[in-house]
Amino acid sequence: MIEKALKGNRSYWIWIASLVSLIVAGLSAYSQQRWFGLTVTGMGRDASWGLYIAQFTFLVGVAASAVMVVLPYYLHHRKEFGKTVIIGEFMAVSATMMSMLFIMADLGRPDRLLNIMLYPSPHSMVFWDMLALSGYLFLNIISGWAILGAERKGVPAASWVKPLVYISIPWAFSIHTVTAFLYAGLPGRHLWLTAVLAPRFLASAFAAGTALLILVSLILKRTTGYDSGKEAREKLAVLATYGGIANFFLLGMELFTAFYSNVPAHKESLQYLYFGLDGHAPLVPLMWFSLIIGLGALVILLVPALKKSTTWLIAACIALVLSIWIDKGVGLVIGGFVPSPQMEIFEYMPTSVEVFVALGIWSLGLLILTILLKVAVAVKMEQER
Amino acid sequence: MMNQQRREFIKKTAFGVLAGLGAASGLVPAFSLEKTVLPVWDENPVAGKIRWGMLIDTRKCKKDCQLCVSACHHEHNVPHFTTRKDEIKWIWKNSYKNVFPTATDQFVTSEVLNRSFLVLCNHCADAPCTRACPTEATFKRWDGIVAMDYHRCIGCRFCMAACPYGSRSFNWQDPRTAIHDPSLAYPTREQGVVEKCNFCSDRLIKGLQPACLEACPEQVLTFGDLNDPQSDIRMLLETNVTMQRKPELGTKPSVFYII
Repeated sequence: MIEKALKGNRSYWIWIASLVSLIVAGLSAYSQQRWFGLTVTGMGRDASWGLYIAQFTFLVGVAASAVMVVLPYYLHHRKEFGKTVIIGEFMAVSATMMSMLFIMADLGRPDRLLNIMLYPSPHSMVFWDMLALSGYLFLNIISGWAILGAERKGVPAASWVKPLVYISIPWAFSIHTVTAFLYAGLPGRHLWLTAVLAPRFLASAFAAGTALLILVSLILKRTTGYDSGKEAREKLAVLATYGGIANFFLLGMELFTAFYSNVPAHKESLQYLYFGLDGHAPLVPLMWFSLIIGLGALVILLVPALKKSTTWLIAACIALVLSIWIDKGVGLVIGGFVPSPQMEIFEYMPTSVEVFVALGIWSLGLLILTILLKVAVAVKMEQER
Repeated sequence: MMNQQRREFIKKTAFGVLAGLGAASGLVPAFSLEKTVLPVWDENPVAGKIRWGMLIDTRKCKKDCQLCVSACHHEHNVPHFTTRKDEIKWIWKNSYKNVFPTATDQFVTSEVLNRSFLVLCNHCADAPCTRACPTEATFKRWDGIVAMDYHRCIGCRFCMAACPYGSRSFNWQDPRTAIHDPSLAYPTREQGVVEKCNFCSDRLIKGLQPACLEACPEQVLTFGDLNDPQSDIRMLLETNVTMQRKPELGTKPSVFYII
């Protein structure tokens, strides 16, 4: 089937070439990081995680959101999702790969990565996250590929595929729950030390991931003519709306609990992010921007007249993805390290090396997604003819 | 011919005897040619039998004195980076509000606010860092010391996020470039791994007290076994009101402060 990715028009190859060149740029930036050490990043003693771990967190959410099509299609037999489900599964594959690569990029000694498996430590959440992510990757690539292969031959998928799909549903929830546990189990990092972190991760994932899925489906329609259906997109928009509402509701809970209780440790990080702490307020405009465009997107998605229009739908989806990317991909990690355990404020800013490594990984993820979807679309269109 | 074989035989026997003596001196301490004092190894290690701890009498600590800090950092080849983000610290000083952020901050005497407070790894009885480590590169020893295996650490910095005291440092770059006066007492580390205070486990095994304590002219520091009710540190804990950093987190630090 993979040979179908080798046939494409001019713009397809231009797209592939630009992704490859960004991957090469990312590799060159990474080689600098390997040689000189992580000192070439903006991270430091006080902000010991940065852009990489933030991207990891956001992408695990995107991966988990595949369940938003898999669940209604396979459990509730909602036929309208029939042409979207493969897009969701392959997006999950690509997002999981990227999130694992972001962990790799963050390691000081990536050559010792296998130590996680050589010395399995169930008391560490990283151990469970590794199991959850690699399991989810295999579940999605195997079931997605097997179903597509069967479709190409015009036969029903093998009987072992269905159980894999069913397992992937709770597994999707588990990957983002365990990812939240990486943060929520740490004493002394009060922005993360909250029981609503895992629910909020899931809610924001279902909002941003589903919105991203709608956008990918529209891009496919535009570039390949493969239309996964307006009805499916509208239903997905409803799911994204509920996810978004739950996310902002939970954020409200955080803000209320911290500021009404007035406990300093609970307030400080949120204070830093949304209002500024001791005169340090670099993220305040960005966090409010995230809040406003996120809520704006929900308003668009809740007004029936606007929701019906593709232009407004695109605008709302972009706004929702961007809003949650800022919240999870910037605020969550940076905010968690401010103030430091000794009440000091260290301002983190990613360096160009970090940005290029991140762009490289995103490009690799997009390349994987492009190839997988190219195959999927070719098979599906063949069947339609 | 005969001579040759005899010589060969004597040679081999001599080597055998030497090797046997060598092995015996390793296995049976009485046979060893060079005596080493291994006070912590006199008995078989029993997990939790000893719990090393430290008491810091902050009343005696001189504000501008850095003797303990430089002794520790020299002894352990802690690199001296000047940029804040690359900093590596095993022991250092900070102000009252930074060290005890959750302690009362109303009407603290100006003398206390001006004092400097030593901070180092707390060697917590319930350490969050060892729980977070995915490879057991940081682990709790039988004597309560939270130790590091620099050869196993993958550099994920999970322990740094988990430590509520900011006691851990990461080698963002090759540390050897910033070690100006290398010491032979302790190995240098590599780029990409985490490090921190080891409660001088390298000195304890030689029967020595921690380097910081030895360097202090004011007897600010007391080191001893918290599990031994007769130890100096326990006596002092019995007769003084002491504080610990962020006790509300349940980490049970082994470093105590007299304010």
